[in-house]
Amino acid sequence: MKFIAHINIMPKTELLDPQGKVVVKNLPNLGIQGVSDVRIGKHVTIALEAPSEQEAHDKVELACSKLLANVIMESYDFVIEAQ
Amino acid sequence: MKFGVIVFPGSNCDDDMVHVLGTVLGQETVKLWHKEESLEGFTTDDCIIVPGGFSYGDYVRAGAVARFSPIMKSVIDFANRGGYVFGICNGFQILCEAHLLPGALLRNRDQKFIAKNLFIRSETDNAPTNRRLSPGQVLKIPVAHAEGRYYADEETIFQLNQNDQILFRYCDGAGEVNLASNHNGSVGNIAGICNEARNVFGMMPHPERASEMILGNRDGYSIFQGLAEAVAEAG
Repeated sequence: MKFIAHINIMPKTELLDPQGKVVVKNLPNLGIQGVSDVRIGKHVTIALEAPSEQEAHDKVELACSKLLANVIMESYDFVIEAQ
Repeated sequence: MKFGVIVFPGSNCDDDMVHVLGTVLGQETVKLWHKEESLEGFTTDDCIIVPGGFSYGDYVRAGAVARFSPIMKSVIDFANRGGYVFGICNGFQILCEAHLLPGALLRNRDQKFIAKNLFIRSETDNAPTNRRLSPGQVLKIPVAHAEGRYYADEETIFQLNQNDQILFRYCDGAGEVNLASNHNGSVGNIAGICNEARNVFGMMPHPERASEMILGNRDGYSIFQGLAEAVAEAG
């Protein structure tokens, strides 16, 4: 079976996100007011084959925890979609 | 005793390391290609260096991909058996990603690549890299990084302090550790640490770029001199 995993990786909430802070400071330059917080992370998609959704889930979980995210500084979540 | 300098695609301080260890210190030094699966010919009486650079273009996170290069399995095993491993800049990031050192290196607080001479203060003399320095001694060492903001959770920082694992902190020229001298936003101005077993070391500044007078700065020399002595004694 073919699956696509949609993964979100975000800087941990207790950590300073300098990119997000720069965006918060500069949104008023576009005329956008009232923004109190912006946090910038990554979105990753993985296309994969696996015998079952559970096995696809396990593979993606391993990829996230070992390589795509560093849990010291980032959190992640994902959804798996059957193709 | 000998030194092995690992070369990843994108390493760019490997030749500097070979020059300092081999030519300046006169130690037997060989390069190790990251595709090698074993550290053949190396025993725990030797020392492995993980040099600076931009391994794998810093893709995903600095050090995250290099950490899974074939040679790293052997390096982790080597470190766990007590062999000395020293990572500088990208090497420090790789050792953190490999969990040989606690914590992580985040993007600098001000989002800028910092390339300049900074002052660091030696925090201990209980580590091979610091044994030639007195605690409180100030060195001027160049840094060149975008992801150098050392971060670990409170419990880890407590343990690092408790176990005397902090090797260097960023400071001013007089040795004051303060906010103004914390150029990248590291927790506690931390510039370098070691593991609890005191055989794995990492630091963001580049002592290999400041180890001979022809470069106008020899402050980094003592770090390698201490390490070479400790490796020789271990043998």
